[in-house]
Amino acid sequence: MAEFSTPTTAQEFAENFAQLKPTMSRNEALYESSRCLFCFDAPCIQACPSGIDIPQFIRQINSGNVTGSARTIYEANYFGNACGKVCPTEVLCEGACVYNLQDVKPIEIGRLQSYATTQAITENKKLFGPGPANGKRVAVIGAGPAGISAACELRALGYEVVVFEAKAQPSGLTVYGVAPYKITNEEALAEMAYLQGQFGYEVRYHAPITGRADLAALEAGYDAIFLGIGLGKTSALGLPGEEKINCVGAVEFIEELRQRQEAMQVGRTIIVLGGGNTAMDAASEAARLGAETVLLAYRRGKEEMGAYDFEYELAKSVGVKGLFNVAPLEIVGDNYVVGVRFIRTVVEEGRVREVPGSEFVQACDMVIKATGQAKQTHFLHHIPGLELDGRGRIVADAAGQTTNPQYFTSGDARNGGAEVVNAAAEAKVAARGIHAFLSK
Amino acid sequence: MPDLSINFAGIKSPNPFWLASAPPTNSGYQVMKAFDAGWGGAVWKTLGVPVINVSSRYGGVSYRDKRLVGFNNIELISDRPLADNLREISEVKKRFPDHAVIASLMVQSRQEWHDIVRQSQDAGADGFELNFGCPHGMCERGMGSAVGQEPKVLQMIVEWVMEVARKPVIVKLTPNISDITEPAQAARRGGADAISLINTIQSIVGVDLDRFAPYPIVDGQGTNGGYCGPAVKPIALNMVKNCAQHPDVRLPISGIGGIESWRDAVEHILLGASSVQVCTAAMHFGFGIIRELVSGLEQYMVEKNFNTIYDFVGKALPNVRHWEDLNMKYQVKAHIHEEKCIGCQLCYTACEDGAHQAIRLQAGTRTPAIIEENCVGCNLCSLVCPVDDCITMDRHDDGTQHLTWKERTAANTIPTEFNDEKAGGRHHWVPEPAAALGKERHKTLPGKARALGIL
Repeated sequence: MAEFSTPTTAQEFAENFAQLKPTMSRNEALYESSRCLFCFDAPCIQACPSGIDIPQFIRQINSGNVTGSARTIYEANYFGNACGKVCPTEVLCEGACVYNLQDVKPIEIGRLQSYATTQAITENKKLFGPGPANGKRVAVIGAGPAGISAACELRALGYEVVVFEAKAQPSGLTVYGVAPYKITNEEALAEMAYLQGQFGYEVRYHAPITGRADLAALEAGYDAIFLGIGLGKTSALGLPGEEKINCVGAVEFIEELRQRQEAMQVGRTIIVLGGGNTAMDAASEAARLGAETVLLAYRRGKEEMGAYDFEYELAKSVGVKGLFNVAPLEIVGDNYVVGVRFIRTVVEEGRVREVPGSEFVQACDMVIKATGQAKQTHFLHHIPGLELDGRGRIVADAAGQTTNPQYFTSGDARNGGAEVVNAAAEAKVAARGIHAFLSK
Repeated sequence: MPDLSINFAGIKSPNPFWLASAPPTNSGYQVMKAFDAGWGGAVWKTLGVPVINVSSRYGGVSYRDKRLVGFNNIELISDRPLADNLREISEVKKRFPDHAVIASLMVQSRQEWHDIVRQSQDAGADGFELNFGCPHGMCERGMGSAVGQEPKVLQMIVEWVMEVARKPVIVKLTPNISDITEPAQAARRGGADAISLINTIQSIVGVDLDRFAPYPIVDGQGTNGGYCGPAVKPIALNMVKNCAQHPDVRLPISGIGGIESWRDAVEHILLGASSVQVCTAAMHFGFGIIRELVSGLEQYMVEKNFNTIYDFVGKALPNVRHWEDLNMKYQVKAHIHEEKCIGCQLCYTACEDGAHQAIRLQAGTRTPAIIEENCVGCNLCSLVCPVDDCITMDRHDDGTQHLTWKERTAANTIPTEFNDEKAGGRHHWVPEPAAALGKERHKTLPGKARALGIL
């Protein structure tokens, strides 16, 4: 029943994980861009968290000014290429396109965006540079969308910037956490190299900032510190048997997939626990890795899943099956996972209630937990005066400044987990906040 | 089914669609292939002393994703020996006796005109089209549009031709002139049987931004060419109308210019053409477009209850009037059908920046609203609206009043001085919209970027 055979070579992997939004050819871009109406105060701009002037960049593509188009995009969003590919455009810009109201296919804004930025990256067009040095230094923790965006903006404002990254590569989620059919490692890293080439910030890899001593060194050596640390590992469910071999977190699963690609091994029958977008990604990826059966288990009905409709459709399209109104009670097996014991549920007045006596065991040889990520509260407690809200998110004002004035933040660590585009947009604001703070 | 056949100044054709004199009629092979496909006639690529052409020869105008909305060429008349062309003309006529084969001609001296008319007549051509239009290459040699721009010379050559022609003579006019009816009248005075128009318009379709040369480029350089294609239809229609309405022209007209679909052909016919000639569309899409042209024309005639082409030749002419005859009391105003509006607000910016500030934005919705007291009924909003019938121009006068500029002139109520109180826009002062209407004076900045202070 599996649609995909297990990929064993890079080419087979590339076929199974073919890009959902492949880069357009020049002709495609010309034809697609010609359809844009150039709306006034366009709804697509309003729907974009980074506020890219979309009609403008589309018209620039159409008039042959692709470099100008890339500039328009990057001026609003340093992850212009990545966002064109990984953004949920169906619910953002493309979802707001007025053509939807005419039952005409909306403009493929995401792909046009990637078309323009890919060309700038490939041809290494000089669009930006660092501003005149102002003698101040900012440390950025985390080389993800928030951290890199902040670094770019700060360099443009003349700051010396050092980015501290625990992992071996930049771009955070874009390389480690996004489904490979949305963006390839090469594309994500090419944009990172391009940005670093343009702005000239320093990135130190394998340089985790872990405790009070590290933080104290940064506080002493830098005028401000930007926290772009995102979220932590997959949260524990607290179920018996959760420690068994082949019971993994979705974040860890996707990270391993992005790094090892065709060398990745999956079970034959996989249960994915959760109903969010990450669950959909994990399920879809498991199917594309050749799993015979992938079951998506969710505590409520499918209408109540947090995932976007198109993400669920995508998972279904590769053969993922839904198992709704079930709650996991135990991961079954000796050392290895052999199944999940579920109990059926009903939703009454919005609350999930277990149905007594309805327990059953669903056999499987791998469990992927896509049930949310933990906050990095243990680390954050090392920052004096840093306030977190009740859900472990960093408290910050409109300019991104935390309750410790030397620290600023944006991205998942602050918003609790959102899109790449949110992190990129908010980081820009936070970088300006740092500038305002240090210019006082 | 309606009868599509025509008798154009004595030239019979099974339908009004002819291929214009141009590359598609360069050879017997092409003309026969076109007749097989369904074309009613062909005007052979101009015969004369053969030329030698350059490469490249064509330039195109693209608009957004559409190619060849405009087209030009620097190709000249036939580059094949006359004898070859004449032999093929007679072969085509043998195989297609009921189709129209018209010889386009361009030579210089009276003797040359006499010789070439006689020879094409002997080859079996059903008529002649005198090429007084070519706007590049030939005019510098005293032919083509150089003749078309000189009514006296044009008339003289027509007279030479009429001395020997035993078949109908059509004069093809150049649009590179301020009043097309002048050469048309000269053609009539010279005794021509019909006119055809328009030939191509002198043009430069574009300039290569890297090589700094006009298209088409010949070894790094270029020259002006002849413009045609869909973009020239409005100019052609106006000139066809001018000739059709002129009391001293009164000749059958073969309409040429921007005909790509049956609708374009019908427009030419409604303004007075009784045959139509097609070139660019055939060069772009091939002879096969004739199927759509014939089928569309037939369907139109069935729906309008027209039995022959002549039932609607010139049918729109009575409604084409001078500006001074138009009813100034007729009043339309824009109406936005909100249920159809998709919220692009193109009408808002168009009216705000390009017209009369008669559309405002409304809080809580992207559907704009008409400010009726400011709306002059100019039409701009309905033209930019991308949704069919979303903005209609609704009549606001009661139809009882009729007053024209001519009548006002007669009644002495027109403005005659620089600061005349009788002017139509009297006291038409548009106040600052913000102050007048309580709306923000919008800068054309994208909303989110403005809000974020990013730009």
